[in-house]
Amino acid sequence: MATVHYKRILIFALFAGLVSLWLAVSVGSTAIPAADVLSHLISNDGSTHDEIIDRLRLPRALSAFAVGGLLALAGAFMQVLLRNPLGDPYILGISGGASAAVLGVMLLGLPALWHTPGALVGALFSTLLVFGLSRGAGDWRSERLLLTGVVIAAGWSALISFVLSISPPVRLPGMLFWLMGDLGDADRPLLPLLLMVFGLTIGLLRARDLNLAAQGLTQAASLGVNTARLRLELYFLGALLTAAAVATAGAVGFIGLIVPHLVRRLGGTDHRILLPAAALLGGALLVLADTAARTLISPMQLPVGVLTALLGVPTFLFLLHRRVRK
Amino acid sequence: MTPLLDVKSLTVKIGGKTVCERLNLTIGAGQSWALLGRNGAGKTTLVHQLAGLQPIETGQIWLDGRDLTALSSKARAREVGVLLQHSSRGFGASVFETVLSGRHPHLSTMAWESAEDHAIAKRVMSRLGLEALSQRSLDTLSGGELRRVELARLLAQETPLCLLDEPMNHLDLAYQASTLDVLHQTYVAPKRGMLMVMHDLNLAYRACDHWLMLLGDGRWRAGPRHGMANSTLLSQAYGHSVDCMDSTNGRVFLPQLSSGDMPKGNAAVD
Repeated sequence: MATVHYKRILIFALFAGLVSLWLAVSVGSTAIPAADVLSHLISNDGSTHDEIIDRLRLPRALSAFAVGGLLALAGAFMQVLLRNPLGDPYILGISGGASAAVLGVMLLGLPALWHTPGALVGALFSTLLVFGLSRGAGDWRSERLLLTGVVIAAGWSALISFVLSISPPVRLPGMLFWLMGDLGDADRPLLPLLLMVFGLTIGLLRARDLNLAAQGLTQAASLGVNTARLRLELYFLGALLTAAAVATAGAVGFIGLIVPHLVRRLGGTDHRILLPAAALLGGALLVLADTAARTLISPMQLPVGVLTALLGVPTFLFLLHRRVRK
Repeated sequence: MTPLLDVKSLTVKIGGKTVCERLNLTIGAGQSWALLGRNGAGKTTLVHQLAGLQPIETGQIWLDGRDLTALSSKARAREVGVLLQHSSRGFGASVFETVLSGRHPHLSTMAWESAEDHAIAKRVMSRLGLEALSQRSLDTLSGGELRRVELARLLAQETPLCLLDEPMNHLDLAYQASTLDVLHQTYVAPKRGMLMVMHDLNLAYRACDHWLMLLGDGRWRAGPRHGMANSTLLSQAYGHSVDCMDSTNGRVFLPQLSSGDMPKGNAAVD
């Protein structure tokens, strides 16, 4: 029995997703009247506006949507693993591991096809490091996990600096932009969108288990959740979704922190609502942030990661402050 | 009749310390057991083993005639429910959502809770006086309120057997009494079974007809309470002298204090 309130949250998230995409396609150096967007999408008349939508804005907006959804889902999964709302793939160093691996792939001169598998290896390795190193006598302490993650992230960032300093100067600007989180080159939204749907599907199959795991893993086990398997699935899913996001848009931070928090504030603590709403709102938020990033100081473009960090840092501090006060 | 819980020759060790050596324990329908012992005797560890939350090293545990280790997690959670010693507030879900989550083992993977599940959750909440808190977030509850929410979730699980680790934590005197009544009506009267870790001997004597005592060195005693509630055994189990007295309302237990009857005489009046 889904309540009326749950349905409202989902409808709001769906609406936000559609509006953000609509806006992203219509706004830019060449403004396309919002009313014309739909007709351009349906019929192809070969006009400049059609070209702009089909080749530039729509693929980029869909990529942004997929990356935002992937990161919000990864964040929600990590938060259950940590039992701490401060979990986020960027803060925990998972994005850092994926970024370092992709930079390594770039440095070796391998084709872009290798970015996603490279990112997955980096993200999985980083996840293993963080959770392996903070394993105490039996259970994990969430504060220790967070701290380990932050330090691992610092380690990746040093390695990234090293790779940058030995990279050929002509490629530096591109690498730097990508590192800060940039959707300028993201024009293949299909794979990240499919992975987002995959992550959401697995998450929904496990949604009630996630609700219980959020109450504590021992508690969840006592209510019939196979916690060892759930934990493995969450590591792998968290790493996979983060890797797909990083391979598409570099290290965009804090979406995984802001969005699940927002959905919980709206009253969606149940993962059957939280996951789909977070995927939609995460997508919407990154599409809006990216639209702002490419129009705010146009014709120059900002890396979108700069904007999400400006939103994310105060959110993190606010959440941390509230937890400490409790 | 098959016992609800049948423990055969179970040896439990933790960190080099023996909790119990070759424990044999049978909990039959309609029995209520108190698990007693000093701090660190391993009561919580034993409860986790009996609930299947930790792997068994030596010995066997049978739940209603079925081998505990052969049951799936969900099937096990339909047989035995656990109230953990420490409370958790999770991510601030509502009281109602939390109580409703006790229905988890009865639902298939993608199912939403049915109207019947909602009715069960509401019923157990009203029995524990939680109706008014229904929509409150766990973040905003007091320790005692949170404890009652966890008890309600356990009741909603509707298992034939329940294991409670210090159920009286954070509860005031009135709620201790009413909660024990609810537990009695839920598990003892309808021929189900329960075992609870207790520290208050007086409550343990009134609420439980059987006692299981861990002596702290691997030895244990189990049986009907009247055979165990004596000064000699209790003093041995707690390493401290305990007086037992029979009053008109039943047996009463008092620990001896080295300074006698504190506070002393007129000192408090001065």
